[in-house]
Amino acid sequence: MSAPFLWIFLPLILAGLLMFLHNQKVIALIACIFTFVLTLAAWLLPIDTVLTIGTWSFKLTSSYEILGRHLVLASADQSLLALIYGSAIVWFAVAPAIKTARRLISLGLAITALLVAALAVEPFLYAALLIEMAVLISIPLLSAPGQRPGKGLVRFLIFQTLAMPFILFSGWLLAGVEANPGDLGLVQQAAILIGLGFSFLLAVFPFYSWIPLLTEESSPYTVGFILWMFPTVTLFFGLGFLDHYTWLRDAPTLGRVLTTVGLLMVVSSGLLAAFQRHLGRIMGYAVIMETGFSILTLSLGGTVGLKIFFMFFIPRTLSLVVWALALSILRKHSPSLILNDLKGLGRTWPYATSGLVLANLALAGMPLLAGFPPHQAIWEGLASKSISVVIWVLIGNLGLFFSAIRVMLTFAAAPEGANWESHETGAQRILLSIGFVALLLLGLFPQWVLPLWTKLPTIFTHLGQ
Amino acid sequence: MFTIINWIALFIALVTSVGLLLQRDWRWGIGLLAIQYLSLFWLVQTHWPVSMAAAKMVTGWMACVVLGMAKLNTDLTEETVASWPQGRLFRLFTAGIIMAATFALSLRASSWLGLSLPIAWGSLLLVGMGLLQLGISAEPFRVVLGLLTVLAGFEILYAGVESSTLVAALLSAVNLGLALTGAYFLNMRREEKE
Repeated sequence: MSAPFLWIFLPLILAGLLMFLHNQKVIALIACIFTFVLTLAAWLLPIDTVLTIGTWSFKLTSSYEILGRHLVLASADQSLLALIYGSAIVWFAVAPAIKTARRLISLGLAITALLVAALAVEPFLYAALLIEMAVLISIPLLSAPGQRPGKGLVRFLIFQTLAMPFILFSGWLLAGVEANPGDLGLVQQAAILIGLGFSFLLAVFPFYSWIPLLTEESSPYTVGFILWMFPTVTLFFGLGFLDHYTWLRDAPTLGRVLTTVGLLMVVSSGLLAAFQRHLGRIMGYAVIMETGFSILTLSLGGTVGLKIFFMFFIPRTLSLVVWALALSILRKHSPSLILNDLKGLGRTWPYATSGLVLANLALAGMPLLAGFPPHQAIWEGLASKSISVVIWVLIGNLGLFFSAIRVMLTFAAAPEGANWESHETGAQRILLSIGFVALLLLGLFPQWVLPLWTKLPTIFTHLGQ
Repeated sequence: MFTIINWIALFIALVTSVGLLLQRDWRWGIGLLAIQYLSLFWLVQTHWPVSMAAAKMVTGWMACVVLGMAKLNTDLTEETVASWPQGRLFRLFTAGIIMAATFALSLRASSWLGLSLPIAWGSLLLVGMGLLQLGISAEPFRVVLGLLTVLAGFEILYAGVESSTLVAALLSAVNLGLALTGAYFLNMRREEKE
């Protein structure tokens, strides 16, 4: 058997089969067990090495040929696979609590498999096509049945589709640059095309208008999953670019460009989040800020930047899961997610409202919460380069922090004499409590995930050394 | 002889893309898109084997059928969701600007990419008209037509530099996926009306 078959084709087949099932809990159980096995396999099974158990021998080959090209998952990619499928378990396990398991899990598993294929395909520029296919699959997931497709969804489709031609065409130019690195005109053209492609894919300023629109009009949990999955894989894809092309990695202007882009995203999203009245839009801006932070970590360069880049991964996943879950619960039981309609909900939905505020604070880099260690690391890293950049980044963080305080005050504004109740279901309470504890524990003991930060950068041959 | 047919294909691309921009009847839209794929076939086959170029055309026609069937089933009067002025004169004027701009660009692109002028212009023209369509309409069906036009233009250009079967297969899948997305959008609206 080949590794691409195990981590790409099998999940795709299962995703297709899960569409025929109706029971949400059964779907979630099967998907969680399956993704857990995939995570475990990524952690333990050696690739391209014969494994002998008694008389039975088994070898997982790294490559799979398809139409003259290859899907390659080598042993260096295993920790990344474990991370992606491991995080997918969290998203899938929570889904039945808000009754979105049927659509989210089957389509989500297919999206995950396609995005893993995007990371595995060689030449790796073809990843743009696989990402586009994942985008197309995510459309039914993001659109509520029986509702007219919103502006955010249409813009999501347009921007993600427009990214593909830029990336594919830049691939052709990059081959020319490799053959003739002295041709500055060609280098410039390739850089512009890559820049545009990634600007669309990563929803970089000013192409991020669809994110707050989408978080406003679609189911928060499914949007949360999409906004976690796509930027994560696109960032890995971008790192692959930097790792592969020496001229790009060593370009003297790269650091400045990444700092400017990251800073624009962090500051603009932070400031805009501070003035939002819709909770979904605040989550959207928080996601934009997270992408901005990831770009800023890359601007630091070297292994330090890469380690901080991976430090953000687990806190971001956890915070987004908790935030999206809390938002989904509130959305189902309140007229809208506009602040005025949510006054005093802290008394009747204490778990969901606390989860939402905690996740917001964690992503704003609040001390003692999971988001603080990576934020502190990036502040420190940026401070060693430029104090003014850190001040701007802190302004962005303050914007998101201010939005959390506003939301908290709204939830607390209950009429006098209102009783404390909890309307969340048992499963929702348990899941949100696990989320709070995890957010707190990762803030207090960040060293628990230290092995991951040290192991993951080695995926990238040049950047990680 | 082939050069003349290249120019004819470019003319077809020009007429169909401008037609797509001007018409308001969805039947005309799908018909024009189907004819547009004919010009795509001809311009692509100058670099690719005829069989692969034909596969692109057939995929395009399948996309048209998917959209047409979905539109027939929805049977809704088209709502115009405009993000720009909607007058025909305005559209013609902007189409003229796109034509002029892509012609200027294609003069450089043809020498840079080693493509003949009708191929470079045909490709950039479709990309430009598709982008214009995306810019002036927010109606999902029109957006999908715009995206398919942009992709058709890109595929002509990309065929000149890349001939991988996997890319051709994936691009076909993306085209079909876009058509299915368009059909899904239309179906969503029908459910909403019901």
